[in-house]
Amino acid sequence: MLTYTLRRILMLIPVLIGMSLITFSIVHAIPGDPAKTIAGDKATPEQLQQIRESLGLDQPFYVQYLNYVKGLLKGDLGTSLITQVPIAEEIGPFLAATAELTIAALLIAVFLGVNLGILSAWKQNSWMDYGAMFIALIGVSIPVFWLGLMEQWLFAQQLDWLPSYGRVDPRLGFEPLTQFYVLDSLLYGDFHWLQDVLMHLILPAVALGTIPMAVIARMTRSSMLEVMRQDYIRTARAKGLSEFWVIYKHTLKNAFIPILTVMGLQLGLLLGGAVLTETIFSWPGVGRYVYDAINQRNYPVIQSGILVLATIFVLINLIVDLLYAWIDPRIKYGKE
Amino acid sequence: MRKRFWIINLAAVFLFSSVLVGCVEKKTATGGKTLVYGRGADSKLLDPIQVTDGESFKPIDQIFDKLVEYDKESTEVVPGLAESWETSADGLTWTFKLRKNVQFHDGTPFNAEAVVYNFERWMDPNHPEHKGGEFPYYGYMFGGFKGDDGHVIESVTALDEYTVQFKLKKPLGPFLSNLAMSPFGIASPAAVKKDPVKFAQNPVGTGPFKFESWKKNDSVVLVKNENFWKKGQPKLDRIIFKSIPDNAARYSALKSGGIDMMDGLNPNDAHLIRQDSQFRLYEQPGMNVGYLAFHTGKKPLDNVKVRQAINHAVNKEAIIKNFYAGQAIPAVNPIPPMMWGYNDQVQDYPFDLNKAKQLLEEAGYPDGFEIEFYAMTEPRPYMPNGKKIAEFIQADLAKIGIRAKIVTYDWQTYLDLTGKGEHEMALMGWNGDNGDPDNFLYVLLDKDNTRMPDAGNIAFYKSDQVHELLIRAQGLTSQEERSKLYLEAQKLIKNDAPWVPIAHATDTYAARKDITGFVPHPTTQLIMENLDVKE
Amino acid sequence: MQFSRTKPPVPPNETGSANRNSSLEAKPLRDLVRSFIRHRSAVIGASLVVIFILCAIFAPLLTPYEFYTSTRETLDDPSAAHWFGTDDLGRDIFTRIIYGARISLWVGFVAITGSIIIGSFLGLVAGYYGKWQDSLISRLFDILLAFPGILLAIAIVAMLGPGLNNALIAIAIINIPTFGRLMRSRVLSVKQEDFVLAARAIGMKNSRILWRHILPNCWTPIMVQGTLGFATAVIEAAALGFLGLGAQPPQPEWGTMLSDSREFIQLAPWTMIFPGLAIMLTVLGFNLLGDGLRDIFDPRMKQ
Repeated sequence: MLTYTLRRILMLIPVLIGMSLITFSIVHAIPGDPAKTIAGDKATPEQLQQIRESLGLDQPFYVQYLNYVKGLLKGDLGTSLITQVPIAEEIGPFLAATAELTIAALLIAVFLGVNLGILSAWKQNSWMDYGAMFIALIGVSIPVFWLGLMEQWLFAQQLDWLPSYGRVDPRLGFEPLTQFYVLDSLLYGDFHWLQDVLMHLILPAVALGTIPMAVIARMTRSSMLEVMRQDYIRTARAKGLSEFWVIYKHTLKNAFIPILTVMGLQLGLLLGGAVLTETIFSWPGVGRYVYDAINQRNYPVIQSGILVLATIFVLINLIVDLLYAWIDPRIKYGKE
Repeated sequence: MRKRFWIINLAAVFLFSSVLVGCVEKKTATGGKTLVYGRGADSKLLDPIQVTDGESFKPIDQIFDKLVEYDKESTEVVPGLAESWETSADGLTWTFKLRKNVQFHDGTPFNAEAVVYNFERWMDPNHPEHKGGEFPYYGYMFGGFKGDDGHVIESVTALDEYTVQFKLKKPLGPFLSNLAMSPFGIASPAAVKKDPVKFAQNPVGTGPFKFESWKKNDSVVLVKNENFWKKGQPKLDRIIFKSIPDNAARYSALKSGGIDMMDGLNPNDAHLIRQDSQFRLYEQPGMNVGYLAFHTGKKPLDNVKVRQAINHAVNKEAIIKNFYAGQAIPAVNPIPPMMWGYNDQVQDYPFDLNKAKQLLEEAGYPDGFEIEFYAMTEPRPYMPNGKKIAEFIQADLAKIGIRAKIVTYDWQTYLDLTGKGEHEMALMGWNGDNGDPDNFLYVLLDKDNTRMPDAGNIAFYKSDQVHELLIRAQGLTSQEERSKLYLEAQKLIKNDAPWVPIAHATDTYAARKDITGFVPHPTTQLIMENLDVKE
Repeated sequence: MQFSRTKPPVPPNETGSANRNSSLEAKPLRDLVRSFIRHRSAVIGASLVVIFILCAIFAPLLTPYEFYTSTRETLDDPSAAHWFGTDDLGRDIFTRIIYGARISLWVGFVAITGSIIIGSFLGLVAGYYGKWQDSLISRLFDILLAFPGILLAIAIVAMLGPGLNNALIAIAIINIPTFGRLMRSRVLSVKQEDFVLAARAIGMKNSRILWRHILPNCWTPIMVQGTLGFATAVIEAAALGFLGLGAQPPQPEWGTMLSDSREFIQLAPWTMIFPGLAIMLTVLGFNLLGDGLRDIFDPRMKQ
């Protein structure tokens, strides 16, 4: 297990180097001039030249790349061209916003998905099964941005039940502490805040969570069916244990591994889907941070934002794989 | 066994969360009169001299005061931090008497030293606190920086504690108007010295509201400055600038009470607001122009008849009706009619396709020609939907035989390419800075500004006559004399037709009915010290 | 599955895949067709796909309007004249949707074909030759997979400039590793089969072994994955269009139509509902078809 872990971590190094090289190259190939981003639309050529020099943009590509990597190793993600604030300092709240949204989406997805899957496995081939699987099928096919717009239209504009933008009503004077607003409002012990924060969270989290919910439901159902055919479950059923709890306890435990894999994968994928969700719901997360940066030609932010997201993605996948191997040592890794 | 495990677990979770709950004291007090202002994007920085975008200036205008201010509804200059001023006969010396007993938000006094410090920081690239950005507006408005050939300000000196004197190298017509612009808000020297870069995240001025907090991409919070020098102002206790990028979402936030006031309405929504008894629509003819520029250096657009023909083929009324939802007036001259020096004698080319066809024949293009037509995709204040306006013009041009191919790029690339003169025809626009005709005519149509790659004059219109008039007007301080020169220049420009001026867009704001005291300003400066919420 | 370019989740029963393929190639075509017809969701999926393909081909015959011409009636309710209503320029939404099918299917087809060709080639090389080729290519796949898909696509389009063709390239690139990895793992297992070992033993040339023995035994899972990938590509194209990076107006692309509709959601919800429905049904069709094909070609997955 330890060697496996070490091996996996070592394998990350070339991936991380490759990732930084790719983001760096892409960002440098984006047309447009960073100097103009800084100096504004009305800058003079002299001003522009001066900025190019001070940013080291006149140096050859590999020198710029090496400088960038040198900075990365020291934890320096560069400085935003727009705000002049170091990205490492600035990105925190955005990451937290995305993390909160993603975790909420995943919780919804797991809770609904697992239960939907169990339900339909339990009542296999009943109308409930078909109904649940139909929902799951729609779930994997619906575009997240359309779902978001539909929610906004229905729940925010037509019914006026839930807010459709932002994380919290600005009038409440919410003071973030950890930047995880749900946690923050608990820490302050203000249930009014908590309620408002949760209300803001519902629509985007549901939109973002629908796809993984559907995937998890389908996965749960098929692993459950697999497990339910096994003898010990049949025995337990025969012994007359309350049927539902038999399924819930015994089978869930055994079906947990494949479900865990899917959850891990989906958490990474959610980070990508977050760009669209954040755009629709004006959620100040890291996806929108990067997307805005592209529109503003804020090169260091594009570069480091994508790199940070990708690194998190890689790490989550690593953790999931390690957990997977830890829970089920039968699975041999690295031997094709 | 299992049951007990769950019970213990649950108990632990409850115990843990009850420990968590309420273990932090809240710092902020809410209550009082709060106004939430919804807008399309976050501020970039809050150091006035470092930014050029309108969104940054919205909170900045509340935090900082300028030496002089624009009058409530016009671009006339009135006293601000300076109570009075005088100028020498040659227009080279300006002496300002400052207001006494004014304090910055950090408690340090406002005085002549503070003014001198701000100007020196802005103008001198070697100043220790000339940091945090590129000081772009200083360069644009005062001809560069200390050491540059074009730099206008010779020196700024404190004659006594409340008197400041500016010496100029040459007279600058718009000098006073420039000082009233948002970028020239006076900052607390003590706060800047502490950290000139961080200052942009934690600004300190003398204005009606103090900076409180800033959540990036989300909201900027300002609180009342109890010691503001205008007595009885401000009336609000707190202003929150909330970014909601999507116009439609911002509108629905206004309707549902999430925000109290907003700008950037979709033209259709502006119509709805006008009919809604709970809200009020504010309209202000904008100090802007949206236009179609011809690259006058390229065939066949070098022919004035061709340019006039296309002028006859653009149906401005229909464009304004369809794409501005009526929120604009047709443009005849490059400058908007509310500006002094506007020539209302100039006749526009009427929409007349037969006339256009005839002019094309005279020019030697009876069968028309093919041409590339650049259009911007992003909504701009002066052109809400460039792409669709281009499609509309394209259809009319087709009727006189001109086959236009629409080309689009994202905004930055668009500026790059048009600045290099890659286009043949391009949609473009301008938002005025200081209410001075020079800020439109010289910047957009003088031959000095055809320098690539950053040409402001993207028509590459190089009339010597116009150049001579504009330069002469720059050197004068009398508004009356300058006005005459500008009237003449507008006539020449109309004849040469380097543009099709399309529209001057109206700025619109919407607010709840119970919000009082709001007057939109032609420069789009946001003045909020008189805003109040009726109880 | 949306944006899921990662390894398709592998249930435990699938891990030992080496012994699986013998059942695949033996099946005669007639049986395949029969089991396809019996497979309900595959048929539904196929019908949806066929409907959209027909719409795309016969678009001009299905509607009296053109997708770019404006009529006077802007933001009109759905009616007999305009089944799905009109947009802000008075263009018929039904017309734009069926023309939009051309764009979406075209993007899906070209992008996925591109990813399959490049991905399969790389996967083949990696799987068959092993050694440094394998390490290099596998690391490349790891790196590409390390980026959240849509984000990488956004960055690529930002580099190439917005537009339909560039969106198509971006989608093709981000989907390469899915097919590459699949191909690689298939090759690895087929390589150990007796007939390949035999061919090697008699000294057959590598290229010949690849073409004659390995490729024919690898294409079924690629085809199944390709069908599912088509669905992903349609969504990705719409997502890029939605963010303003894909098709440019006046092209009637579904994602672009959705993003245009945001301005009028309250005034004219039909401008939003129908394009979204079109995307969903297309994706649903390909997902059903792909699931069905997988069940048919690989009955072990069937419950």
